[in-house]
Amino acid sequence: MSDRERDDHSGTETTGHQWDGIKELDTPLPRWWLWMFYGCIAWSVVYWVLMPAWPGITGYTHGMLGKSDRAAVSGELASLEALRGHGLVKLKSASLEQIEADPQLQAYALQVGQSVFGDNCATCHGSGGAGGKGYPNLRDDVWLWGGSLEDIRHTIQVGVRSGHAKARGETVMPAFGRERMLNTGQISDLTEYVVALSHRKADGAAVARARQTFADQCAACHGPAGTGDVARGIPNLTDAEWLYGSSREAITDQIMNGRNGVMPTWEARFSPETIKALAVYVHANAGGDVGPAAAAPVAAAPSPAPAGR
Amino acid sequence: MTEAQARSDEAPFDAVVLYTFTGVAALLSLLATAFTKDPSFRFAGWTMLVAFLAGFLALSVGMASGRLRSDPTRYADGVIRAGVIATMFWAVAGLTAGVLAAAQLSWPGIFYFPDAPWLNFGRLRPLHTSAVIFAFGGNALICTSFYVVQRTCKARLAGGVAPWFVFWGYQLFIVLAATGYLAGITQSKEYAEPEWYVDLWLTIVWVAYLLVFLGTIWKRKEPHIYVANWFYLAFIVTIAILHLVNNAALPVGLLEAKSYSLYAGVQDALIQWWYGHNAVAFFLTVPFLAMMYYFVPKRAERPVYSYRLSIVHFWSLIFIYIWAGPHHLHYTALPQWAQTLGMTFSIMLWMPSWGGMINGFMTLSGAWDKVRTDPVIRMMVVAMAFYGMATFEGPLMSIRAVNALSHYTDWTVGHVHSGALGWNGFITFACVYCLVPWLWKKERMWSSALIEWHFWIATTGILLYISSMWVSGVMEGLMWREYTPQGYLANAFVETVAAKHIPNIIRTLGGLMFLSGALIMSYNVWRTIRMPGDVKAELPAAAPAPLPAAAE
Repeated sequence: MSDRERDDHSGTETTGHQWDGIKELDTPLPRWWLWMFYGCIAWSVVYWVLMPAWPGITGYTHGMLGKSDRAAVSGELASLEALRGHGLVKLKSASLEQIEADPQLQAYALQVGQSVFGDNCATCHGSGGAGGKGYPNLRDDVWLWGGSLEDIRHTIQVGVRSGHAKARGETVMPAFGRERMLNTGQISDLTEYVVALSHRKADGAAVARARQTFADQCAACHGPAGTGDVARGIPNLTDAEWLYGSSREAITDQIMNGRNGVMPTWEARFSPETIKALAVYVHANAGGDVGPAAAAPVAAAPSPAPAGR
Repeated sequence: MTEAQARSDEAPFDAVVLYTFTGVAALLSLLATAFTKDPSFRFAGWTMLVAFLAGFLALSVGMASGRLRSDPTRYADGVIRAGVIATMFWAVAGLTAGVLAAAQLSWPGIFYFPDAPWLNFGRLRPLHTSAVIFAFGGNALICTSFYVVQRTCKARLAGGVAPWFVFWGYQLFIVLAATGYLAGITQSKEYAEPEWYVDLWLTIVWVAYLLVFLGTIWKRKEPHIYVANWFYLAFIVTIAILHLVNNAALPVGLLEAKSYSLYAGVQDALIQWWYGHNAVAFFLTVPFLAMMYYFVPKRAERPVYSYRLSIVHFWSLIFIYIWAGPHHLHYTALPQWAQTLGMTFSIMLWMPSWGGMINGFMTLSGAWDKVRTDPVIRMMVVAMAFYGMATFEGPLMSIRAVNALSHYTDWTVGHVHSGALGWNGFITFACVYCLVPWLWKKERMWSSALIEWHFWIATTGILLYISSMWVSGVMEGLMWREYTPQGYLANAFVETVAAKHIPNIIRTLGGLMFLSGALIMSYNVWRTIRMPGDVKAELPAAAPAPLPAAAE
């Protein structure tokens, strides 16, 4: 073209066009750029030859190396199973107490339990197991469903109000207020009564008024003394542990609305050995044994009965 | 004389068409709002009704006063001025949403609002991504493309008032999408969250945009089409195709907001990531290269380095990019052969991507001294450097073995932001710094010192952002894959979240610094517009004045 000109700085010719004052140099492609581009293409072609790559009508090219993600995943899962199986076999034959008594076996169970707990249980019970409102604290000595190794294992297996066939005597707390079974005055008096049960200062007149209501409505489950029942997961009202809060507002709210917490059954997801390991972990995490719970399933016992919150 | 006068008394044809269109659209919105039983749809209906009535009213006034006539001897710059202001407005809005979302990840206890569900992370996050990509980026692309195509074709924008329809129609799309996210209306496809009626509206606007752009090229007075316009055209055409294919959905009812995708399972995922990856390609790469191809040689006053490189890298880029999407689905239900193709095409993409960077950098040869003296040139250089880095990191992360570590971690977030903040953000800011004095006929920006401040604060912010995300992403990936000797996962998920706390705080700080830079720039832009200048040279704008001082 006639208006091609030479750029002073680079010594290269322009293409001869101009747009709003912008010109273009006729520089050839940078060699290093071109060769790297060819290199990337060549590398890709080699990869296609070696690995599964191009689709056809009825299938795809499988590649000379015969690699397959599907086979690789199966292989990895199998080797993981083998690795786990080595320890799990021992857990299978040992009882919960034997596992806890054997330091080596216990260390293994704790390892497994901690990992499984972190990815499954921590969502509700907290990463350290300290729980939260509506989610039981697993680090103290108070257990709704019993704190022995076997109780814990059983709770993990069947869950709570999960509809499992082997569920223990599960009960449901009615919503006394919402369902209009009690009026607000009665609920307010009952709140004082529950406060008094847990050895705190309460309005004496209200407590006196609520005595009969408690006997009629609450004692059937919580017991005449309010100490609960570990066999049916009924909270002890006389201790200092509360699932939904200890304040008067929280207690009133619970009587009004009667929430009933749910925990899923884990039987379908974990092997029996994994559930054993988890039980050992939870038991140890709470600081070891809480013997009497297993020994006294029906908590007609006096105040130290380890149940409820 | 009399004939000419008689003709000028009539409203221009394009304005009459748009007038009729907004009137009918307002009526349809009214009917839809009145008859729908879906509160979400009614909310969108109200928004559309208000917008169309406002447009109808503006057009009535404009036609009555005879202001909608376009002068073919002058460039249509009013719509570009409005676009520059909208770009800055959405930059601040989108970055603010991002900083808030980052703060929610850093301090979930403080920035969690149980009583304000529209402010929670799940709704704020798509608001942030759409606001920065489509509102900030989209407005920058529309207004720079309108500027560049006119200058390089020596022709006024085609279509009379149509460019204004594209501008305001696009703002309506943004508002419908954004309010929809906050109200919980979403089709749950990343970067394609708006529901079917918003998608349809964008289609109408986008077709108008395509016609305006093609029409302007059609009537150009230059023998050849400039390289920037190839890139803009590839962007407009391909985004239309991606948008239509990925959003194919069946609404539950014509007066319902909810719709279902036409695809299912892994096919749906593949189409979504074909779209998602090419949104990065044809929204965040190709047209921003167009900006580079005009503004870098213009600002540096140097010729483009290599015409041949621009041809070869353009065609190789658009051909190869479109196949790279499957690398978003490594180690999923997607067949392995498709993953192979996605990965190898990503590797082959490396040099075509770098072709643009080489052409940008080498254009500065002979003008490198300006990096020291002109903060805008420096911003362009940093933008191109981040472009080069992100387009190297991308192919690297597409390698399956690397992806096994990086996927789903903060590394991806860092990668995206080195491209978005470094490349898209900085090249846009540099172009706006060029455009504002040119469009408002000023000699220069109000304050060069403030550009320096913007540059250094924002650059530091980007570096903090991406380095913290590298650390946190690699750490997260390593923690996820760590097994105990017994064959169990060593770290619970929540432990990996807790481990990211400090990097998350640094990321929030980096984002805040980038936002501060944009605020400084908005102030500078506002002061520049208000500077006394050679205003006489500029005839009154062909359409209503741009948003008053919406920039700050």
